[in-house]
Amino acid sequence: MSFLSLTERDREQMLETIGVGSIDELFEQIPEGVRLGRALDLEPALSEPELVAHLTELASRNVDTGREVSFLGAGIYDHYVPAVVDAVLARGEFLTAYTPYQPEMSQGVLQAIFEYQTAICELTSMDVSNASGYDGTTVAADACYLARQATGRSTVVLAEALNPQVRQVVKTYAPGFGLDVVEVPHRDGTTDPDELRAAAGDAACVIFQQPNFFGCLEPAPDLAAAANDAGALPVAHVDPVSLGVLEAPGAYGCSIAIGEGQSAGNFQSYGGPHYGFFAARSEFIRRMPGRISGETVDSDGKRGFVLTLQTREQHIRREKATSNITTNQTLLALAGLVHLSWLGPQGLRELGETCLALSRYAKDRLADAGLELVFPDKATFKEFAVRVGRPAKSAIGDARAAGINPGYALGRDYAGLDDALLVAVTEKRTTAEIDRLIEVLAA
Amino acid sequence: MKLVYEESQPGRRASSLPQPDLPAGEVPDALRRSSPPRLPEISEPELVRHFTALADRTFGIDTGFYPLGSCTMKHNPRVNERVVNLPGFRDLHPLQEEDASQGALELMWRLQEILAEVVGLPAVSLQPAAGSQGELTGLLLMRAYFADRGEGDLRRQIVIPDTAHGTNPASVTMAGYQLVDVKTDPRGNVDLEDLRGKVGPQTAGLMLTNPSTLGLFDEGIEEITRIFHEAGALMYYDGANLNAICGISRPGDFGFDIVHFNLHKTFSQPHGGGGPGGGPIAVRERLEPYLPVPAVVRDGDTFRLDYGRPKTIGKVRGFCGPFGVFVRSYAYIRSYGPALREMSEVAVLNANYLLARLKDTYEAPFDRLCMHEFVLSGRGLKREHGVTTLDVAKRLMDYRFHPPTIYFPLIVPEALMIEPTETEAKETLDAFADAMLEIAREAGERPELLKEAPHVRPVKRLDEVRAAKQPIVRYRFDGHQDPQDVAREPRPLEAQKGV
Repeated sequence: MSFLSLTERDREQMLETIGVGSIDELFEQIPEGVRLGRALDLEPALSEPELVAHLTELASRNVDTGREVSFLGAGIYDHYVPAVVDAVLARGEFLTAYTPYQPEMSQGVLQAIFEYQTAICELTSMDVSNASGYDGTTVAADACYLARQATGRSTVVLAEALNPQVRQVVKTYAPGFGLDVVEVPHRDGTTDPDELRAAAGDAACVIFQQPNFFGCLEPAPDLAAAANDAGALPVAHVDPVSLGVLEAPGAYGCSIAIGEGQSAGNFQSYGGPHYGFFAARSEFIRRMPGRISGETVDSDGKRGFVLTLQTREQHIRREKATSNITTNQTLLALAGLVHLSWLGPQGLRELGETCLALSRYAKDRLADAGLELVFPDKATFKEFAVRVGRPAKSAIGDARAAGINPGYALGRDYAGLDDALLVAVTEKRTTAEIDRLIEVLAA
Repeated sequence: MKLVYEESQPGRRASSLPQPDLPAGEVPDALRRSSPPRLPEISEPELVRHFTALADRTFGIDTGFYPLGSCTMKHNPRVNERVVNLPGFRDLHPLQEEDASQGALELMWRLQEILAEVVGLPAVSLQPAAGSQGELTGLLLMRAYFADRGEGDLRRQIVIPDTAHGTNPASVTMAGYQLVDVKTDPRGNVDLEDLRGKVGPQTAGLMLTNPSTLGLFDEGIEEITRIFHEAGALMYYDGANLNAICGISRPGDFGFDIVHFNLHKTFSQPHGGGGPGGGPIAVRERLEPYLPVPAVVRDGDTFRLDYGRPKTIGKVRGFCGPFGVFVRSYAYIRSYGPALREMSEVAVLNANYLLARLKDTYEAPFDRLCMHEFVLSGRGLKREHGVTTLDVAKRLMDYRFHPPTIYFPLIVPEALMIEPTETEAKETLDAFADAMLEIAREAGERPELLKEAPHVRPVKRLDEVRAAKQPIVRYRFDGHQDPQDVAREPRPLEAQKGV
């Protein structure tokens, strides 16, 4: 262990300057009765080579997506992360900076956040984005808090086809916000606008997902219209890499667009750290949660960037803040910006078309093999549900024995779907891999 | 410098992607994107240069000294970056079967055990994404606990000292509780007399940072504990300042029921310009049933996720939390072992050394030794020379230092909150102290040097009021009003060095 820089001589000189005889004297302000008085019971220190060996051994007991062909998604996806992302994130200036409280020290990261906000606004057709939230679940809770304050209403409506973890997080936060949660069931894989309208009569907001958890395309414009009819804010939870081919939430009347950013620029990393994105129409700019970078000028009139609208935030507004968030996910959002810049509009559309084409291929081959889609009439993007004719868990076990992770067991979250697998097909999958998937599932 | 959007040229791109020769997938017309997002159109060489230029204009702990109080900006060991990028961690799906994620589960279980030992509380949830989410989680645990005991409607108040981080009161509101402020006494401790009048059957709990944001360990902590325990209330420890006491004193031993950790402070997760963080919480046995799901548990030689907690508050974040943060923090702690105590000792030594060198020139509001950080007041400079703490902070930039936290805590006028951390060399501390003393001299002799600072950064002092009054929070393409210089200026040598 060598992360300390003081020599023995340094320590002696410093103690002398302070005017104490020992380091122990510095701790005399801690009452005797609350001192530990023994060494921490931790395993001995590891040298750097030993540490790497230990962690390599732990990592080797995980089956990552490099060791089996993965069709597992359900919110986190095996998309390709370009090499430029690694290069940018390895820059120590980005990696080891704190939140940019002193803008003159942090113009690079502030400009990057401004560019990220622009990218999110462009993807979602919204006016304002924050610098990121924790992940795709907590931004949904943030949206509920905003909607509660903006409308004064005390119910939120969640589509049942919204990611189960997102719904769980909203339900955890809701009591603190003074919100009741109502769920609208899916009908054959998508949400019925009339049912949604009926449920949203006194709701602060309505949250639906596009594509939804089953991979199906919701009638999103109709759902947004239904929420607007009811005076509830429509909130779309969207997949960033779908937005080259799927319509943007701002174009169909949503007030807020949120989502899990992992698909754009982040590795799967066993669930995090990733970033959640949060964008809204301009009328909500002073109710936004979290950090926002804004353009300004310096004393010479030259362009620069600062954290702005800080009177929303906890360090100024304390108990009246729009959120308690301070640390967000800037580095992961930066990865998202780099990935989206690498893609460009053309690349993003191609990525979406490739996911669409490959998943269509997979659905067609599964049908050819006699397997039944759970929602055969519904259009999908990169993910879809298929019945495997036996408990999904056993199909997963068999497929994994053949080196394929075939997807997620939907029965974990939805009654009546114990034989259903949620299959995700990213641009990294090939037709040959899909053929192997069909082979093992049909066997 | 230009925005990435201003560098775009139609038709340029960096990406290459597989385009299988397959029939197109179908999207109903009504759901198909009508106009493409205006993402950057840029080649890979230009892309790399753009973000390198942005890195050059950013100051990290790798660049230089970063004594930002309460943020614990310590060195981030590079071995942690190596191990977090092992494919077995980086490319592991969070819903992978348990038998195929034993290494990840074991790592989390081991980290839980370590954190429990460090703070002296038995049950840990790693799930919260950051310190403030740990706070909210802790408060939701209090709600669930008291509701279960039939005291939910009675106990509605959370007591917080006036030195608290702003996250504490914000979290109190988000948890649906009422805030009760308690004062600080002349020695920098919680004012016990004020406290006694504010704690009773209506109290759900206390939130306390100890050492406080003044950098002082509360000398009355045993009495504070007595007051809350007699009232049947719970005690929440804000772990923002845990770097001061690892291996020396444990919140669980001095009465706290819930603790959050800031893995991005104490345990060296790099802060990434604003995140990620990690905010695990540790709790006493009686609160364990309410912790978020899933729990990571050990059964003999195997590890699994346990969703079987009927009284759980639910989930506060997706999956098990920010796993990559756990890998780095676990690696960091294993590099120290029981010598974590030395980490805290040196953090406190470094802070006291700087305090000793500065307290005769800048006012120290409390005449005590400090813990891992300390607060000075610039009110003397303001009174005598009309120079503010903001001016001092900006002038420090010209000496190649990141400024301390300023104007916090709120109870100290013109506050400068300085946290050097344990990883700095004495030479660095001396150079910083020399700069602070020189700036105090400059304040008397050439105050304009401070008022016009910084002079060597890529921009001069920025107009924050204008940014808030006329918010421009995204690029508007053709409709974007051009600031005076959109030309890509040649970068001066200093900016290239990143200082």
